[in-house]
Amino acid sequence: MNKLFERKNRTGPVLFSEYEKGSAVKKALLTDRDDILLEIRESGLRGRGGAGFPVSVKWMLTAAANSPQKFVICNADEGEPGTFKDRVLLSEYPELVLEGMIIAGYTVGARKGIIYLRAEYSYIKDFLQSKIEEMRSDGNLGKNICGRKDFDFDISIRLGSGAYVCGEETALIESLEGHRGEPRNRPPFPVNTGYLGFPTVVNNVETLASVPHIINKGGEWYHKFGTGKSSGSKLFSVSGDCRYPGVYELQWGITIKELLDLCGAENTKAVQIGGASGICIPESEFSRQISFEDASTGGSVMVFNKNRKMIDVLQNFMEFFTEESCGQCTPCRIGNVKLLEGVNMIRNNEYSLEYIEKLKELGETMKIASKCGLGQTSPNPFISILNNFKDEIFGMN
Amino acid sequence: MNDIEKNKRREFVSELMNKYVPDRTSLLPILQDFQEKFGYIDEYSQQLIAFELDIHPVEVNSVISFYAFLYDKPVGRNIVRICKNIVCEFNGSKEISDAVIKEFKINPGETTPDGKLTFEHVNCFGLCDKSPSMMVNGEIFENINKESALKIIKELK
Repeated sequence: MNKLFERKNRTGPVLFSEYEKGSAVKKALLTDRDDILLEIRESGLRGRGGAGFPVSVKWMLTAAANSPQKFVICNADEGEPGTFKDRVLLSEYPELVLEGMIIAGYTVGARKGIIYLRAEYSYIKDFLQSKIEEMRSDGNLGKNICGRKDFDFDISIRLGSGAYVCGEETALIESLEGHRGEPRNRPPFPVNTGYLGFPTVVNNVETLASVPHIINKGGEWYHKFGTGKSSGSKLFSVSGDCRYPGVYELQWGITIKELLDLCGAENTKAVQIGGASGICIPESEFSRQISFEDASTGGSVMVFNKNRKMIDVLQNFMEFFTEESCGQCTPCRIGNVKLLEGVNMIRNNEYSLEYIEKLKELGETMKIASKCGLGQTSPNPFISILNNFKDEIFGMN
Repeated sequence: MNDIEKNKRREFVSELMNKYVPDRTSLLPILQDFQEKFGYIDEYSQQLIAFELDIHPVEVNSVISFYAFLYDKPVGRNIVRICKNIVCEFNGSKEISDAVIKEFKINPGETTPDGKLTFEHVNCFGLCDKSPSMMVNGEIFENINKESALKIIKELK
């Protein structure tokens, strides 16, 4: 078998802990649906794609919707720069993800699951497909799962075609329906009006992979990890200037300093938390916690040492957003271009500080006025890098 | 396009209509499969697909133009994509790209005149722990450098 799909020697409190294949599905199917919902609520599990929406609310709303058809979608469009935890889960722990989908399907009353896999991960598709077939022959997928006459569920895989914005759940649904990946207005939310207009649960890979462990060990057990408000563990994709880049499973609440020590980072100037759309944290704030209530991330942690120029980081991110904006709404389409222009003005020493302040205001407007998360978060690096690294950036000319 | 080529495409499109549910939800997989076989989705085939799915051809073109990995113009026999995420950039991906640009005399997004190579930048492959990274015809290469990348590309047929 390809080395990519061999499980590495990983340890962690939840996802990378021991798990017996198929055990959670078996247990869940003997449990009342309402009890599963209560267990998930007790766990405090929140969406792992970055937004942190409570999973139990999403599931309850979908379960409560009255509809002849419902869907469970696994969002494997992991596109945030610096994030690669889902790649590791899909290629080393696929059973957790697939079983999480089955349990979600059972709980909300869906019979069909779809994995939306980003095109950049197309090399994982055949492996995942073989795992799906394995589960079918084990009786864990298909008709009458685990002998339950009233529960059929099957999973198919769909590939993306290279669009960052499709990680936004309504854009993802648009893409599945054969359209341009342009986010929809919300409300209505997918839990009511999702794929093909039917109630749909869209969950991140890591969110779904956490579910089997919660089913097996209980919501209370899961809630013991983390900070309370951010419960459980989190996978961090650590990259950049450190000795041991890779995926770490740690509890929410770890400080940036602790994480830097773990990954062998030295001489660190800044840490970008949450990918391009996240915030850039300077050395003076390394005691901050990584959690939803402090420095929040969908997994991306990029480390920059003192030899790096922050203007390079900012330019890279703003070029990224101008390319990946879907162009549907004006604040995002035009705003990102204006912010990138500002970065180039700084580079060429053709700026006035007054105008840069105007651009920061524009960034604040984009956060409010953009239609989806892309435009609402793309000004983050512009504002946080210019604020936190003023002396370096404006002193360079 | 001559009739032989047209017929090949017409036959393949009707094969795809049997493989997938022939409605709009199948548009992306149909375009992906078509492109895998023919390299890009020409206008004639866009019209065929649109007709089969009962949508306007401009809808098909609009979808193709939206996605970075779909092409409506001919591309090279090989597609080389280099990651330009900031982590890859700091680990030398810019130098690698510059070397490719110099060696093959093409800019990102262009194809060599002999049709051998299309070169592109990609925003993030999700391989930042093995950076810099490159994808050649769907296969990934990790921890590349200028020499190894050029060697891989030169060996392509």
